[in-house]
Amino acid sequence: MPPVLVIARLTVQESSRRRLLLALLVLTLIVVGFSAWGFNKITTIPRSDGTLLPPDQVALISSQLLIVVVFMFSGVLALSAAVVAGPLISGEVESGLLLSMLARPLRRSEVVIGKWLGLAVLVAVYAAGSAFLELIAVDWATGYLPPHPIDLTLFVAAEGLVLLSLGLLLSTRLSGITAGVIALVAWLMGWIAGVVGDIGTGLQNQALENVGLISHILLPTDGLWRGAIYAMEPDSYLTILRNSGTFGRANPFAAADPPPLQFLGWVVVWFAIILAASIWSFRRREI
Amino acid sequence: MAEVAEKTEAASPSGEAAGTPAIKTVELSKKFGGTVALAGLSMTVPRGEVFGFLGPNGAGKTTAVKVLLGLLAPTSGEGWLLGKKVGDLGTRRRIGYLPELFRYQGWLSAAEVLALHCELAPLPRPSWKDEIGTVLDTVGLTERANDRVGTFSKGMQQRLGLGAALLGEPELVFLDEPTSALDPVGRHDVREIIRGLSSRGTAVFLNSHLLSEVEQVCDRVAVVDHGRVIAQGTMDELLGGTAVRVRVAGLAQADKNKLASFGRIDDEGDQLTFNNLAPDRVPELVSVIVEMGGRVYEVAPRHQTLEDRFLQLLEDEEK
Repeated sequence: MPPVLVIARLTVQESSRRRLLLALLVLTLIVVGFSAWGFNKITTIPRSDGTLLPPDQVALISSQLLIVVVFMFSGVLALSAAVVAGPLISGEVESGLLLSMLARPLRRSEVVIGKWLGLAVLVAVYAAGSAFLELIAVDWATGYLPPHPIDLTLFVAAEGLVLLSLGLLLSTRLSGITAGVIALVAWLMGWIAGVVGDIGTGLQNQALENVGLISHILLPTDGLWRGAIYAMEPDSYLTILRNSGTFGRANPFAAADPPPLQFLGWVVVWFAIILAASIWSFRRREI
Repeated sequence: MAEVAEKTEAASPSGEAAGTPAIKTVELSKKFGGTVALAGLSMTVPRGEVFGFLGPNGAGKTTAVKVLLGLLAPTSGEGWLLGKKVGDLGTRRRIGYLPELFRYQGWLSAAEVLALHCELAPLPRPSWKDEIGTVLDTVGLTERANDRVGTFSKGMQQRLGLGAALLGEPELVFLDEPTSALDPVGRHDVREIIRGLSSRGTAVFLNSHLLSEVEQVCDRVAVVDHGRVIAQGTMDELLGGTAVRVRVAGLAQADKNKLASFGRIDDEGDQLTFNNLAPDRVPELVSVIVEMGGRVYEVAPRHQTLEDRFLQLLEDEEK
């Protein structure tokens, strides 16, 4: 097996042996169970006139509630990716674990790519697994399925990968805690900058809009989150949003348009830059 | 900051590589900011020999090992391992390394850690089982092969690290303080392992504080201080001088000072130790003392220990 895959396998194996995967699975099942119960209430609790909600309103409310639940899932994914990626390299340098491994014919680039790959597999599996369980649960409880479930999964996974990549880059130089905290704060700041950009859109203030735009370039997590939101919105809701003009776009839990292709292209370039920077940084680190 | 070298040199004719020393360095230096860790380290380690690398704390011993293994980039100078420039990836297939700061994946079993190193080495998969079995037996961990490393004591982890360094019958093994966590039995075992390596032609670079240990197993020694070699040679060359202890009374301080021509004196009152005094000069020394009016009670020649020589070298270096 090529060294890069050995390192990737080791990363997955470590998460499994340290019961990180088990903990995430149990927590996901609990959340999915609770949310299924909550979604079920939308269809079973009668209104004041004794009637149940009509299907179109159930779909609208379910889509909004699903966005909030998925936001929580994406938050868990971002948090986990940042916390796990933070000490991925620095922790093993500090403990001396990498010393004997790097004395083997193993390139530092292989360590970086292998660790990224291993954790990327975990992020993708978690995103796909949790999205699958949650959507099955919502479908069972309300009969509602978002219009683009695969796009939704891809955007949520990509958001986790961005945090993982940032955490890994920081981990080549900073201690695990510092790298994890910085990645997490960056994610929150990116989200807030996105909200500021929304406010700018609502107020038609170019300076504020630019804050959101620049934050999407520096850290594309919020831009990807908007893609996930768009994938969850039914056509009826999109029509409402588009008819409400700029104010319809000034909402951090709404997206009137899909992410532009240029942005998605930039995300690919962003990954390439961050990975290349991680390899460069680790190759120059003295251990 | 320089980039750590990771390249594969074109294969040189095996005859050329076989004729080269296990390690050769020329004016190798390493600075961390303003701190000089290695200041022109030049040494040669022949193939198949056990080479002791001695020095006080902070002398640059571990830095030297890391530079040689390509874990740190040298600031200047050159180094070769097994005939290839330091940093050559292919050479690392033929090298074993037990770091001073050792730690292994606590969530893997001992056999799994060794399998990982077999894979990274890389060794042919069919040989793994025998390699791992042999190595576990050598370091005395056969009974714990399937236990998680996280449950191991520090000494057992050091044994495991030693085992990992021995995988694949390397041509050169770096052992950085290999007995720091071991009990006397473990230290004895490590000495036997080192002798075994030497007998099969493996060069061993032994970095140790334990001078008695080095004295027992090393063919050749280098003493390093402030990042450079201050003495190197075979054990016989290094410990060639004989010290003579003389128990004498009736000598004034001025008389003792005159005796300095016989070598450096450790003056402990009635007991004078003359370092590096050739045995054939002992009668002359006794005669001079008697002429000065001294009364000689005992003359005891003794061979220098490595510790004596080590301390003397450091003392000379400070002057």
